[in-house]
Amino acid sequence: MNNMSPILEVRDLRKTFGAVVAANDINIDVSKGEIVGIIGANGAGKTCFVNMVTGYLAPTGGSIVFEGTELVGKGPREVTHCGISRSFQVSQVFHSMTVAENLRIALAIAQNRGMDALKVMASDALEAKCSDVLKRYKLESHKDMTVSVLSQGIRKLLDIAMAVVSEPRILLLDEPTSGISVEEKFDFMDVVMSALKEDNVTVLFVEHDMEIVERYVSRVLAFYQGEIIADMAPDKALADNKVQEFVIGKRH
Amino acid sequence: MLKDTTSKAVLFGGLALIALAFFAPNWIVNQFMFGFSRALAILGLLVLWRTGLVSFGHAFYFGLGAYTVAVLDIQLGVTDVFLRLIGGCVIAGFAGFLLGFILRNYRDIFFAMLNTAVSMVLYGIIVKTEALGSTDGFAISLPTIFGVAPETKYPLFVVITLIAMTSAILVNFYLKTTVGQLTTAIRDNEIRVEYLGFSVARAIHLKYTLSAVLAGGAGALMAMSLGQVDPDSMINWTVSGELVFVTILSGPGNVIAPFIGSLVFEVLRTYAFELAPQAWQLIVGATFLTIIFFLPGGIWSLIAKLGRKNS
Repeated sequence: MNNMSPILEVRDLRKTFGAVVAANDINIDVSKGEIVGIIGANGAGKTCFVNMVTGYLAPTGGSIVFEGTELVGKGPREVTHCGISRSFQVSQVFHSMTVAENLRIALAIAQNRGMDALKVMASDALEAKCSDVLKRYKLESHKDMTVSVLSQGIRKLLDIAMAVVSEPRILLLDEPTSGISVEEKFDFMDVVMSALKEDNVTVLFVEHDMEIVERYVSRVLAFYQGEIIADMAPDKALADNKVQEFVIGKRH
Repeated sequence: MLKDTTSKAVLFGGLALIALAFFAPNWIVNQFMFGFSRALAILGLLVLWRTGLVSFGHAFYFGLGAYTVAVLDIQLGVTDVFLRLIGGCVIAGFAGFLLGFILRNYRDIFFAMLNTAVSMVLYGIIVKTEALGSTDGFAISLPTIFGVAPETKYPLFVVITLIAMTSAILVNFYLKTTVGQLTTAIRDNEIRVEYLGFSVARAIHLKYTLSAVLAGGAGALMAMSLGQVDPDSMINWTVSGELVFVTILSGPGNVIAPFIGSLVFEVLRTYAFELAPQAWQLIVGATFLTIIFFLPGGIWSLIAKLGRKNS
């Protein structure tokens, strides 16, 4: 898998906030189909990295090339149009709408770009796609419930489901399991990862839970003070001295 | 476009009104003309309101539409009702399009008050400019329809009703499109809308321009119905407030609501004035409070409730 040419190439990516260096010349290549776990302590620069790739934050320097297109200088919308999507640490959904309405509007926007936005939204094709997504993300039983009454877990599922309706080639998930109970976390990730596998999406996800990292990722990037201190397979990464010290917090 | 019940109701209701009004006394026809003219502006505010935006300055576009008619009439001698209407819509729409570049970046109270500011600038300019009639305004000649000068107001009423019907059906269609459905979504979470790949700024710009065109059309029709324009009844901030009042009175539930709400307002104001010429605002204000307390969804929510009970 790794010998294919990378679809995401990050070169010398730098972000500073005054004297704070949130990204210190980061270099990463991500190949198609990889599932990359991004780990690190609070303030290590993980979310900052995700924000830069998805156009939410403008880097101070460096480049991010996705399938040959430079992403630096593009905003969230343009990045989405390029084929990159994301979920959020705190789920970003439409809380006064039902689950189905959330998905419907997401699907409609994904399908009706440009002048097509002036076409009537409701259609049988849209409904069929909507129920397909509801089924794959196990959201059927909640479809007519307003999001504001739903649990964190369901909101997170919806958040991710909405991120993939635009059929991205890369999906960045920011702490998908935060706010989800210990008992539910594996079930949750099973639903998400199997749905994503079907779509053959390359996934980068930020995660604090090492059990999740061990179980689901093919490669780990460990961040510390804006730098990558480890880039290796999960079993090796979790045993790595630096990772143990700076990410997991065990002293040797 | 005519499959849904709303469009059908607009079509049949409108045609029935046109037929009935033929036998109605003049004062009733007048009330309908004023009500339906204003309702176009309410229709525009409804589009904005659904997205969580309230403008306290749409008298700007209303006034632009009305004064365009006055200038067309007095300076250029244009009498055709449609040319005057199109003139009002185009000028107001263009102004809305230009201002939209600034206003699409603001929300809530800032959006509301910036609109007021803009409208008061125009008010100030017109009040101070003799050539634009200053505080007195202008009298406007009765419009011609397809080259014929009608002897009664009935033909103008028919034209206004047909335009109101067309607008209601078009806005109803617009509300079903993807961008038209982007209402609660924008109100709830703009970041998500951007990450889904839709520009919130452009969506709001479109809605804003649409509301400006409709308010301009409303002003143009109102000017022709009244036969005069003056800054206090066309551009002053009280007119903007009145438009917001009628929007809340009507409710955002359906494109028919602005027409009912606007008519109710017209009747309410007339009778309140007759009953208490010195304190008619008191009656209007009390009605407003009652609506906010008991019918937060406006008059339309009452109609919708009755509809559900019957079905």
